[in-house]
Formats: sequence, structure tokens, C-alpha cells
Amino acid sequence: MKVPLSWLKDYVEIKLPPEQLAYKLTMAGFEVAEIHRVGELWDRDKVFVGQIVEVKPHPNADRLTIAVVDYGASEPVEVVTGAPNIKVGQSGQKVALALAGARLVDPYAPQKTYFTLKPTKIRGVLSPGMVCSEKELDLSDEHETVIILPDDAPVGMPLADYLGDIILDIEVPTNRPDCLSILGIAREVAALTDAEFHPPIIDYPEEGPEAKELVEVEIADPDLCSRYTAAVVLGVEIKPSPYLVQRRLRAAGMRPINNVVDATNYVMLELGQPIHAFDYDKIRGRKIIVRRAREDRTFTTLDGITRSLLPDTLLIADAEGPVAIAGVMGGMESEVTDKTKNVLIESANFNRVSIRRTSRLLGLRTEASLRFEKGLDPYLPPEGGKRTAQLIKEWAGGTIAKGLVEVHTPLPPRRTITFHLSELERFIGISYPKEQISSILGKLGFELKEEEPQTYTVTVPTHRGDVTEPADLVEEVARIAGYDLIPTEMIPAPSSPQIFPELLKWEEAAKDVLVACGLYEVKTYALISQELLDQFGLSYPLPLLSVANPMTPEHVFLRPTLLPSLLRTLAYNLRFQDGVKIFELARVYLPRENDLPQERMTLAIAMAGEAEELSWFGSSRRLDFFDLKGVVEELVERMGISNYQFIPADERTFFPGQTAWLKVGEDTIGILGKLNPDIAEAFEVEEEVFMAEFNFEALASHASSRREFKPVSRYPAVVQDIAVVVDEEIPAEEVRKVIMEAGKPFIRSAVLFDLYRGKPVPPGKKSLAYSLTFQADDRTLTDKEVTKLRERVIRELERKLGATLRG
Amino acid sequence: MLEKIKSLREKAIQELKALADSNSLEEWKRTYLGKKGLVTQLLRQIGSLPPEERPKAGEAANLLRDELTQLYEEKASAIKEAERLQAAKAQAIDVTLPGRRPQIGALHPVTQTLREIIEIFSRMGFGVYEGPEVEWDEYNFGLLNIPPEHPARDMWDTLYIAPPYGKDGNMLLRTHTSPDQIRVMELTKPPIRVVVPGRCYRHEATDASHEWMFYQVEGLAVDKGITMAHLKGVLTTFVREMFGKERKVRFRCDYFPFVEPGADMAMDCIVCGGKGCRVCKFTGWLEILGAGMVHPQVLRNVGIDPNIYTGFAFGMGVERIAMLKHKIDDIRYFYANDLRFLKQFRA
Repeated sequence: MKVPLSWLKDYVEIKLPPEQLAYKLTMAGFEVAEIHRVGELWDRDKVFVGQIVEVKPHPNADRLTIAVVDYGASEPVEVVTGAPNIKVGQSGQKVALALAGARLVDPYAPQKTYFTLKPTKIRGVLSPGMVCSEKELDLSDEHETVIILPDDAPVGMPLADYLGDIILDIEVPTNRPDCLSILGIAREVAALTDAEFHPPIIDYPEEGPEAKELVEVEIADPDLCSRYTAAVVLGVEIKPSPYLVQRRLRAAGMRPINNVVDATNYVMLELGQPIHAFDYDKIRGRKIIVRRAREDRTFTTLDGITRSLLPDTLLIADAEGPVAIAGVMGGMESEVTDKTKNVLIESANFNRVSIRRTSRLLGLRTEASLRFEKGLDPYLPPEGGKRTAQLIKEWAGGTIAKGLVEVHTPLPPRRTITFHLSELERFIGISYPKEQISSILGKLGFELKEEEPQTYTVTVPTHRGDVTEPADLVEEVARIAGYDLIPTEMIPAPSSPQIFPELLKWEEAAKDVLVACGLYEVKTYALISQELLDQFGLSYPLPLLSVANPMTPEHVFLRPTLLPSLLRTLAYNLRFQDGVKIFELARVYLPRENDLPQERMTLAIAMAGEAEELSWFGSSRRLDFFDLKGVVEELVERMGISNYQFIPADERTFFPGQTAWLKVGEDTIGILGKLNPDIAEAFEVEEEVFMAEFNFEALASHASSRREFKPVSRYPAVVQDIAVVVDEEIPAEEVRKVIMEAGKPFIRSAVLFDLYRGKPVPPGKKSLAYSLTFQADDRTLTDKEVTKLRERVIRELERKLGATLRG
Repeated sequence: MLEKIKSLREKAIQELKALADSNSLEEWKRTYLGKKGLVTQLLRQIGSLPPEERPKAGEAANLLRDELTQLYEEKASAIKEAERLQAAKAQAIDVTLPGRRPQIGALHPVTQTLREIIEIFSRMGFGVYEGPEVEWDEYNFGLLNIPPEHPARDMWDTLYIAPPYGKDGNMLLRTHTSPDQIRVMELTKPPIRVVVPGRCYRHEATDASHEWMFYQVEGLAVDKGITMAHLKGVLTTFVREMFGKERKVRFRCDYFPFVEPGADMAMDCIVCGGKGCRVCKFTGWLEILGAGMVHPQVLRNVGIDPNIYTGFAFGMGVERIAMLKHKIDDIRYFYANDLRFLKQFRA
């Protein structure tokens, strides 16, 4: 809402400098986004209100004239002008005169450029100044004609004093449609600065016939229109509005049209009540019917666009058909034009939900719909209609018909709230003096009746539909008094411990382990594209969750897996570096019928490229399956899980033979392995990619921070190495298990330290070398005992796995 | 005899001076001080001297022995020192070469900021709750005092879930973490002190300061006797813990349908200190979060008696906090996941 201070001053005295006023409004909930100064550049000794004494022809050019302008100095100046509204022979017009040295806007520059006016010879005649257009004075883009000021503009007054203004651009909160008006803001200013509030006085003679003889109004759908008033002004003369009215409209962000339309816009800006003016003679059957569109399918609005209607769209119709889309926009047929003689003024209250739906469906948001959809004061329409009639008569002449034609449903009773003053302290933490409370509420239009010493019955003004209960009154007092007054106090500790999700602890712990393992955490979008899903070729039992109104095809589906997003992130980063190791811990969305989806916390890891960062000591090695597996082992064990195993997996997303399921106990937690190279290729990755995805909730369900202490043996350990040759197919884990079983009770560990294929090991076989550690808790093992165990290990390996001792 | 001692002394000292390594030093020791060394022999000859010469010669020979022994020790330690220096010189390395650093990754800056926020609030007695990202319209709006077609709905551009799961817009991606106020109050009874971190979504075009997916942290305190003064106390403490003890805060009235009175909190601009700059849009203030006293209607909606309990709630954008803290000028960096960005936050 753009609020010119010059306009605001009509209703409230402005006691503060603009910055301080803006600050007060901002603090009270009306954020002033910008303070715009009109005429900031107009030097007081160079730009004046002038009056044309005489207009002479230019000796060398037909299109130019020489205007003799009095600006209060001893001698008038003679300036050359090409303005079509300054004609030879005219005199007396008031104009905006700029003299040499004035800073003006260059009207011909493509972007706003300022220049300093210099005395110039125009077609042989020296012009020491100029008569200005709005554009040159930075008032608007108007440059066809020069400004003609009102007749009572004081000659010689610096223009800055006459037309200069300050405009506050105020962000009005949604719950305060009453403040989408100058009057509403004035009421706030009055309360904030303890000033008097003077609403306009609506008073005029009604000289015409009875309005109800001229038009009949029917509300066919009272659920969508609670009140409709019609006023009629006969015999108007359509012409531009007075200059200062045009200026106010422009300053408030609206374009002047003609005196009648301007009057409707002026009243909307002034009171906040949208008004529509019809050409009375275009209303067929002298009848207004407020009804749903029903069979009417299309309607042409006054912007010339034919719009399709829904049966529920609220229309204003006459005896034969629609004349306006109620509360949104009027129709082309009944629009006020230059030829209009008689005007019908509509001031009504429409159902906010209906207007909001219509305006959304049509994609048409107007100043009127913007106000109606927020819910307006049902008591305001008669005032709006009368005020418009008054202004039309003032600006366009004519006679006002007697009375308003008015139809309304029963008006809502005035709301009252029982307000215990102790509520203020209960919400805010401090008490306010009684006088301050009643003064603030009074200034805002609330009526107070003291029932008991600390209890008021508060009658809410009808324009404050947002105030329904004591908490609302608390805000009114607190915000006008200022939140700065509220003390800053520490909250007392809660009397019982507060909740904390167990899962979140494990998420954070897991992230720390993965970071320590050299991985970077990424966060990718939860919505993915069909294309991304297709590239992974995944299928799911239920249709995926998707967004009904996606912004782009890129973000449509709620992802059931993190892998595609993570692979894309990996691919992106491989363009800039040789090795990438990343993870994401985020939710995937699994649909459920007739319920919200399951949001499962999922961990995904991706790595590819160089295993180590480039260094002077390092070696070059590509990441492989065991880099990924090592990270997973570290994570699982750090989460206190020991009963886990890796089982060879065959899944088409992955590369067979280099993929495993992670199982904990009986639960399959997820998968890890080399990504199917075809998928990697689809993402333009030539490297081998290793990825994992785990159901993190399942993993965390096995996690524990408890570790069972085992005493450290005080007796020496004996280390013995063995190397065995087994068939290629036998998994190393099998060999290790046999060793650990056979080595009981004194074997402590069997660490694989060499894996060898090739001569002299026969083809189809491999050699595995283990370092075995034996130890007892209560004594030093004898050589004999260790040798016996070692032999048993070898025997068992032979018996169970067909292994032979090497070398 | 004395002459002999004198010349022996001069010879020995001269020879010692020329020595440079421990082997020749030991050789010298053997030559003069060994069992068959020249000084030892000299001492043995003393007994065969005439008695009158003996005391003087004996004294001189003993002196010589002590002197040479001392010189030997001095020389030995000098040579040892020289040899050690030489050995060190041979093994010298370039200590300016980069060290072997363990390869450690980093947490996403949003995670880091979330942890910091949660940690600060947990020190003030707040627990943590996490709610669903796919939410009912009823929770995201209705129970928060924003019924269908309420004009305030325009404050949140919403992504709705398509059929078959979403029906007539009843399911959506939460536009804020505020629905979790409802969920927390349904789950637990006052006293409540909780923060709710989580992803939120809006149907919004992306630019340097807007992202359609973002994180919020919601806060909620419900108890007997909670006031706006407590709201100011908790949030002022938060800002000063997060951005420094010297920060100034400003609370002003603002409108959110689920709080009354409503507020927003700003802190003095950390870039210009409140003088006005591009970051604070020349206002001197940076808006940090929206807040207010829980609307009595919201309490009624979850069956908490607003005549007995009051509460406050707040919500902040996590990326905005992270951006201010690390001077990140474009929100789009967060979900682009460029490692050249992420590696800057190895905290």
C-alpha cells in the first residue's frame, strides 16, 4: 500500500519526521519497505509554480510556441515549448516552470537519466528555462503534455512545497484489509502518535429523483453477497479529474482514467471499500441482480479479455445478462466511457472465499479482489457509495439521486469481548497502566465499558474483523505501546525432561563416523524427475508419490531412493576432481494407502576415482569395493553392531560379483557394491562407481553405545603365520571362520595379510596368508599348546575346505 | 727428566690439537695414557730416579697425566658433538614439505548450523522433535488457525501431493515446521520446551535468497506462566550465543495466523554493525525469525486449555542463519553440493 503523506495528512496530523513515522509503523506491524520522496531534486530556487501570461508564436517553427511565464519574480521569463496543450493565444494556465540549473529527468533517455537544465537556443530563440512535463519532474512517464496545475496554485511557490510529497510503501499484513486504505493507516498513525483522527465528512445535496425509481437491486445468492448498495448520479460530464486528484492516484500507484473512474479508485484507496461504476444507461431493464453465473459460460471484462466462468462464479447481472464479475472486474459493455451521462455506483460486500476462488481461477487479481478476498467491513458499503457520489458530483457535476438502493442480509451484530486486564500480564509479562490501555484501544476505534475495576467489555469496531478474543486485544495494546517495552526474561527450566529422538542421535553419530572416514556430507533435493528414475530403471510395487503442481519436470516425484540424486552429485563433482567420496542421510518416501507415506531415514554412500588426494608421498590407486566396504564396516562397528555379515548379491542396479547385501542378524539392511556401468554411463561417468544404500532406521535399531569390557590379558601373546592354498570359489570369510573355530579356546585373531594368485599356486587356486594370535587369560601358553592348536587349524582347513598348507 | 716431561707434554698437546675423529683420538689416548703409553712409562721411570729428583719429577709427571686426561675428555666430547651434528646433517629433511594428513570429510554446513542451533536451545532446556515432511493440509494449515481459503494461505505457496495419495489438496509437502507444534502438543503434555528441525518445501522460483527446499527450526514452549518476556529472553539468548554477545535485537509486531500477539525478530546487521549496507538492505537490521505467543485457538485445537496455559512459538530458516554466519551470498550453493563449496566448511 503506497501512502502519500500529503493525503494521509487529510485525516491525521503528522507529528513526526517521515523516518520516525516509518519506524513506528514498522514496529507496530506495518513494515515500511521504502520511503519515496517526490520532488527531492526540485531546487527551491529553480523550480516554481508559474502562470502563463501570454503564449506567442515561435518565429521559426510552427510546432513550437513561446510561453511568457510569471513566477513571482520582477520580470516573467519567456520559454520555448513544444507542448500541444500550450497554444498561442492562451493565458492564465498554471504550470511547473524550471529555470537553468534545475535537475530534471531526460525524457528521451531509455533509462532514467538526470540532467541539469541549461539556457538553450531553440530554433534561434533563447530559452532560459522550460515548462515541465510529469516525466521531466520524475512524477510519471507522462510526456505528451506539460503539467497544468490547478487554478489556485500559488504563483511563485517553489514546486517542491506545492507538489513535493513523501510516499510510504507499507506492507499491510493479510489480517488487516482495513489498512489497505489511507484512512486505515491514518487510524494507526493516530494511535501510534497520539494524534487526532479526522475521517472525511460525507455530506451532499440529493437533488435528483429517488434512486429506487431508477434501479432495482436483487441479491439472488445472499450466501455470496451480504450487502449491495447502488447510488445514481445523473448528468455527469466525463473529463480528466482535477490535477491534484490525478497526482494522488498516481502517487498511490494507480493510473488516472477519468473523473468518474478516478472517484471510484479514490474512494477505494481512501476508505478501503472497492467501488464499481457502471454506465447507467447500459444497464438493461434498470435492474441489478447479484447471482451465480449458472448457465453463463463466458464474459468479456473491461480489459477486453473474454473469460470463461464456472457455474459458481458470482456475477453482477442486469435484466438480460452479466455486467460484471462481482468484486473482481467490470464488463466492457457497461464500462464508463467518454459518452457516459449517467452513472450507477456499486458499493457492496462480497463473500471473501468466493472472490478468492474466482480471482484465482481467472488468474485475475485486481485491487478490488485483493481487498474483497481478505474480508471487508460489512458496514462500509453505504459510506463508500455515498462518498463516491459526493466526489463524482464534485469532479464531474450532475445531480445525485435521492437515497441509496440497498439490499442486505441481516448484518452481523457488533462483536464484544470481555477483557480482563490481567490477560495483558499473563501474555506479555508486564502490566500496563489502565489509562494507557483505554487510550490505545480508544484511538483504534474500540469502545470500552468498565464492568469491574479490572474488566472491560470491549466493543470491536466493525472494520476489525481480525479481533475476536482477548489475545487480539493484548496484541493491540502491546504493539501500539511498543514491543521494546516488554522485558527480556529467561524462561524457567521445564519441570520434566524433554523429548529427544533416539534415531537422531544415531544419525548424528553416523555422520561423524562417515566424515572421519573421509566422506563429505551432501544434501540433495527430495523431489526428482521421471528421467532420473528411468535412468536407474527402478520399479516399485505402488505408484510413486508425486507433486500435483510441480514447478518444473525436474522436481516431480518424492524419491523412493537416494541413489539417483547421489549419483548425479557424484557425476557433477567428478568434473572438478579426481576422487569423490560422499554420503547423504535423508528420508525416502514410501507410499501407503489412505495415509501419509512412510518417511524412512536412509543412508546412501557414493565413491569413485582416486583413492587418495594428490600428494608428494602418495601413490595412485583407484577406489574399489573394499574402500566402500571398509567404510561400512567401520560405521557398523562404531554403532556397536557386531553380528553383521556381507552376502553376495545380484541386483540389476549393481554389477554382479562386486555387490553384497549387508545383513545384521536376520535383517537385510541394504546393499553395497559396484554400480552397473550402464547406469554410470547414463550419468556420463566413466569411472567405476561404488555405491551403498541402507535402511538407516533398521541399522539404528541394532545400534548400541554399550560395549562389554573384557580384561586385558597380562600374559604374552604368541603370533604364528600360516599360508594356505584354497579353491578360488571359497570365500575368505569361510577360511577365517574355520580358523577361528579350530583355534578355540586360545585364538584371539586371524588377520589376513596376504592374498596371492599365480605361480607356484596352481590356476583356479589362491593363497591366503594369516597372522594368528594365541593367548590365554591366566597363564603363558606353552610352545606345545600353540603348536597343537596350529596343527588343528591346518587339519580343519584341509578337512572342511580342502586347503593345503603352502611352503 | 723435567725436560723430558716438558717435551712430551708439548708433543702430546700438539698432536691432540690436530685430531678430528674419535678413532685417532683413541689412538692418541693409547699412545700417551694407555697401559704402555708414554706417560705411563714415564711414571714408572720415576722410581729409578735419584731420590732428590723424585718428588719434583713425580709431581710433574702426575700433573701431566691429569692434564692430558682432562684434555682428552674435552676433546672427546667436542668430537662427539661434531660427529652428531654431521650425522644430523646427513639425515636432514625439508620440514616445509606438506604433512601426511588423514583424509577427513566434512559435514554439510546446514548440518553444522542445525547442530549449533539445537545445542544452544538444549542448553536452555529444549528437547527435539521431528515430524513428517509430507503432511496433511489440516496440520499444515487448518489446526494452525488457517482454514481453507483463508487469505493468509497466500503467505505459503504450497506443493500438493497428486492422486492417488493426495485427494483435493488434503496432502502436501509441509511449507513450514509449524505443523509439528500440533504434533508435539498431541504427543506430550505441558511443560513443553522443544525445537523441531526439518526440511520444508514451497512452490517458489529459486534465486539468490529463495530456495524451494529449505530447513527450518521451529520452537515451542508451553507451560503455565509463559510470557512474551520469556520469548524475548530465549530468542535474545539464542542470537547472542549464535552471533556474539554484542548483538542487539529488535522485536516488532508481525502477523502469523497461529500466534497472537505475533512478532518478528531482527538483529543488528553483522556486516555493517547497523549502519546500513546491501546485506541489510540499508535498514541496519537483519530479520532472523518469526515468533509469537501460541494462538489460544491453536491450543484449543489440541485440547490444551488456553486459560491455564500459555506458550510461545518461533520459526527460523536455517540456511539464512548459515548464510549470515559464513557470509554466503547465494542460497543455491546449499543444494548444488559442489565439493568446492562443501570443502570450505571443514569445521
